[in-house]
Amino acid sequence: MSDSYLRLRNIVKSYDGISNAVDDISIDIAKGEFITFLGPSGSGKTTTLMMIAGFEDPTRGTIDLDGKDLTAQKPYQRNIGMVFQNYALFPHMTVAKNVAFPLRMRGAPRADIGRRVAEALELVGLSRFSERHPRELSGGQQQRVALARGLVFRPDVLLLDEPLGALDKNLREQMQVELKRIHREVGITMVYVTHDQTEAMTMSDRVAVFNHGRLEQVAPPLEVYGRPLTRFVGEFIGDSNFLQGRIEAGANGKLSIDGIGPVCEASKLGAGAPAGPVHVLIRPERLRLIGTEPRPDLVATVQMRVEGTVNYGDSLLVMGQSGRIPLRVRIAGMESGDVREGGTISVGWRADDMHLIAGS
Amino acid sequence: MAGVVTAAPATATGPAAVPQGPGAGAVPWLLLMPATAALVLLFVLPIGYVLLLSFTDPQVSLAHYQRIFAVPLYTRILFNTFATSLTVTVICLLLAYPLAYVISRRNDWISLTLLICVAVCFWTGFIVRTYAWLVILGNKGPVAAVWQGLGFGAPPQLLFTSFASTLGMTHILLPYMVLALYSVMKKIDPNLLRAAASLGARPNAAFRAVFLPLSLPGVVNGSILVFTICLGFFVTPILLGTPKDMMISQLVNQQIEELLAWGFASAIAVVLLVATSIVLAIYNRFVGLDRLWG
Repeated sequence: MSDSYLRLRNIVKSYDGISNAVDDISIDIAKGEFITFLGPSGSGKTTTLMMIAGFEDPTRGTIDLDGKDLTAQKPYQRNIGMVFQNYALFPHMTVAKNVAFPLRMRGAPRADIGRRVAEALELVGLSRFSERHPRELSGGQQQRVALARGLVFRPDVLLLDEPLGALDKNLREQMQVELKRIHREVGITMVYVTHDQTEAMTMSDRVAVFNHGRLEQVAPPLEVYGRPLTRFVGEFIGDSNFLQGRIEAGANGKLSIDGIGPVCEASKLGAGAPAGPVHVLIRPERLRLIGTEPRPDLVATVQMRVEGTVNYGDSLLVMGQSGRIPLRVRIAGMESGDVREGGTISVGWRADDMHLIAGS
Repeated sequence: MAGVVTAAPATATGPAAVPQGPGAGAVPWLLLMPATAALVLLFVLPIGYVLLLSFTDPQVSLAHYQRIFAVPLYTRILFNTFATSLTVTVICLLLAYPLAYVISRRNDWISLTLLICVAVCFWTGFIVRTYAWLVILGNKGPVAAVWQGLGFGAPPQLLFTSFASTLGMTHILLPYMVLALYSVMKKIDPNLLRAAASLGARPNAAFRAVFLPLSLPGVVNGSILVFTICLGFFVTPILLGTPKDMMISQLVNQQIEELLAWGFASAIAVVLLVATSIVLAIYNRFVGLDRLWG
């Protein structure tokens, strides 16, 4: 994105001076954007968030907000809100006092505080609970209080550190919707850290995928899913089949896949498919179950031995082997009639079902 | 209680215990027996005897209690005991709070070293530590030597003063205060202070609005521990202090050793016991005794 609001430049964080927990990260975040830092634990996403909040100092690099250098500012000087995984509500204060805290710290007039606290609690639907203590609320309610507290002082950016991690599945989905609604209503820039790819996919404008302290890809969710830049991104997000292949040199160079043979001309696969070894990504739902009728649209068909199935009701995940290649196929529930364990099925795919990533 | 006590001989003879009821019900009571017997023998009976003595020795009357609250000397000792305990508690709190704060907030060799120092202090017998003060504050001790070395002339009388006894008690009770504070402070989620900072609280404001209120249970616990132990403190005041500023336990000792006034000494002991119980009862009312040790 060109209009950069929060800008991280070449951020490095090293705790021991030898290895880098965050290794040269640069990212531009637009005003009002909902961006998710996604990655496994230890990938540097939380450390990066802590540096934006000011709880950690970068070893190198700068952080700008709206053109002003934040890097040397203390957390309380930055106008950045934060929501923690364990809520971090002040247990000795009522809900209203918790939400009023940032306003009191800023010396807001008393009348103003009352009105804005009421507004913030209204926003998260907790007006009735203002005189309760945090321990009297459920996890989801506590997290909404934390959200109200993080928003009430109109911060420039709201950071969320795995805020739904402690909630059960149903509540988590409810809170995802709620968070998106609040984001729409308030229009604030949100940076959301999670290791849960579903959360990243459903909520974000863009997803930044972290691995080993580096950014592997920053793109909208569908692009990260459909056109991952690296094998790591393809495997981390969503279910995947990775086949090893090779593109032959020359204008009409063919793509051939190890264990399957030549598949199609590389030119069919769009631009940017250089000669050499490639990873071929095919998502399980892009592998098509084929019957007896001819399918000229497919570039490859293989026989697959079914070794196991998982029925999700709306769909069926079929796991098995084609030769020595393990495959995962996801088929819609209605079409799954003649698939049974120990049997054999034919699956195929079209050229545009494949996504190529250079490398071996 | 009586039933439990009479059960003791039955269990000693073995099979006789069985007909008393289902074995599963009897076992917990049997397990309680040794401790109960010890408590009754060593605690309930002696205290009962002290209570009895205070009303009956040499004849049945409330005269001893009247005397405690009527004679100015004794009321002064009572007041002095409470004042000294309060002083020691406040000094302990002022010294221990920053120490406990550092130990609980840092997570490095500094906090570990400090914690070890406090623990070693805690484990060293208080008589040993009291005698150490005897040496340090004595006429030929290091304090006197430094005083003279600096040319201030004859050293002031340090030993056998209220100063020495307050100092000694503070030293001995400091670890209790530190550990009581530490156990509460350690449980304060560091994210709360981070949250406060992210919400715009400067470190001082965050401390006042968040850390201090959350550490108050530790302050109360530590203060109650130190204050109640101090009320009945005997060895240190008697070794380091002066009979002029006697504490209540010294008075008890004096009445028995020098005057053989068992009845009056018992009455004083009962007053001390009641005073301590009142403090603990107030604590129990507002906090709960089960939380005294963190």
